[in-house]
Amino acid sequence: MEPQEADKNPVVQRLRQWDAGVVSEVIEFRGETTVVVPRADLQRVAAHLATEPFLYFAFLSDITTVDRFPLEPRFEVNYHLLSIARSDRLRLKVRLPGNDPTLPSVTSVWPTANWHERENYDLFGIRFEGHPDLRRILMPDDWEGYPLRKDYPVEGPR
Amino acid sequence: MTPTTIETPTGAAKTMVLNMGPQHPSTHGVLRVILELNGEIVVKAEPIIGYLHTGIEKSCEAKTYSQVITLTDRIDYLAPLSNNLGYCLAVEKLLGLEAPKRAQYFRVLLTELTRIASHLVWVGTHAIDLGAMSVFLYTFREREEIMKIFEYVSGQRMMTSYFRVGGLALEPPPGLLDKVRRVMDALPGHIDEYEDLLTNNRIWLGRTQGVGIISADDAIAMGCSGPMLRGSGVAYDVRKAFPYSSYQDFNFEVQTQTAGDCFARYQVRVAEIRESIKIVRQAMEKVSKMDGPIKTEAPGIIPPSREEMKTSIEGLIYHFKIYTEGFAPPPGEVYQVIESPRGELGFFVASDGSAKPYRVKVRAPSFVNLQSLSELVVGRLIADVVACIGTTDIVLGEVDR
Repeated sequence: MEPQEADKNPVVQRLRQWDAGVVSEVIEFRGETTVVVPRADLQRVAAHLATEPFLYFAFLSDITTVDRFPLEPRFEVNYHLLSIARSDRLRLKVRLPGNDPTLPSVTSVWPTANWHERENYDLFGIRFEGHPDLRRILMPDDWEGYPLRKDYPVEGPR
Repeated sequence: MTPTTIETPTGAAKTMVLNMGPQHPSTHGVLRVILELNGEIVVKAEPIIGYLHTGIEKSCEAKTYSQVITLTDRIDYLAPLSNNLGYCLAVEKLLGLEAPKRAQYFRVLLTELTRIASHLVWVGTHAIDLGAMSVFLYTFREREEIMKIFEYVSGQRMMTSYFRVGGLALEPPPGLLDKVRRVMDALPGHIDEYEDLLTNNRIWLGRTQGVGIISADDAIAMGCSGPMLRGSGVAYDVRKAFPYSSYQDFNFEVQTQTAGDCFARYQVRVAEIRESIKIVRQAMEKVSKMDGPIKTEAPGIIPPSREEMKTSIEGLIYHFKIYTEGFAPPPGEVYQVIESPRGELGFFVASDGSAKPYRVKVRAPSFVNLQSLSELVVGRLIADVVACIGTTDIVLGEVDR
């Protein structure tokens, strides 16, 4: 899809009207809209999306990371949002450098993010600042390394 | 968790920390809950998971797109066909393909049977958790009939892997619809029996009504989905909100209750079994009048038919290439959501243009629903913890993946 067409998405338009600086890129693929957000603005954008009456993305469906190793910025953290009231979905994406995978926690906006962020911390080593209880969730507490990173082998010695 | 000092009517006292699970029959697998107790009242509860973590998402990255289907069966082992469907739809979305109508209706038919089978297990195990032994025996009897249908269709009772990218694995065998009709005709009467045993049973009501209440706003904030959310009065069902696999062609009602307690979730699930029977009947009606392929045409992606493979050189080449190298979708990311028996089941699939998925993430409804357990049980008795774990309907294979 052409970039101009992607911008016609009303949610993207609303976001741009609110603050043009928070939308660094818009990706349209197979009818799904992805808005790339700068790391520093994530919490502000999340709070706006969750409460603004026209947007009302009150339901956080999922948080997941993609490791683009060895490319930089290495990590992409995806937030899958759902608006039950408007039957709409949106993906927020934040890109993080490999040497500093930290970003603000959104647990204050969506309490369900608690376990999702713990899972991303556990499997990718993404650190969420301001998370109330950032511990491993699936792997044992004394596990070394982050299994879903691309430089972590599927089998054999690490 | 360490004991803390709390105020009680007889003065300050220390709480007791009790470990429930991971080897406990009412935790439905290997869930461990650390309970902090004041006498028999729960002060704090913390679910500990991960005992069944098998790294399915990591394994997916080392397999071709078709090989991953067999792994999806093992995520939620009570609803393997729902998982197959979610994954296949995600890959189809990535490829820009759609299964033929006939295959879509068969998919609806079989996933609704899966929902019935899964809810039957739930009613039975939840009843046995709360002391009603006989219901368990009856529901497993009926579930077995559905399992026989799955075996007849796919050759497997549980690990079906029957849905493939672009359609179904095989033409459904003759006589399938007669078998399904026989089971569907008997089932409503059986559900009346379970309801006779439970719905107006005073012990059952005492154990479930007013227990584990979660409000609609809290359920949304905690990301609850499926019967957990609908039991709190939110009429959100992926089949209605974002129809997939031609669900828009079917007439059914989204079942909701407003109480938000364990009994409401029980009522929602029982009503959903009845709705699913309606959908299965409509699907049977539709496919019985239909003819056509069960796989879409896409050379190089969907394997050619046996006959084509044996008679044309292109067919032979494609067959060889698909089964040795796999197929490569264009680079991109998709998130496909379906309504599994437990709620919103999402598959996030990222492609880098190679024949293996770059990343597969399963948004497991049980994982998210389980998170709200700590809120459900605080201030209740230990016995209510069992009821609350039951009505969140967790499958540990899906929680831990």
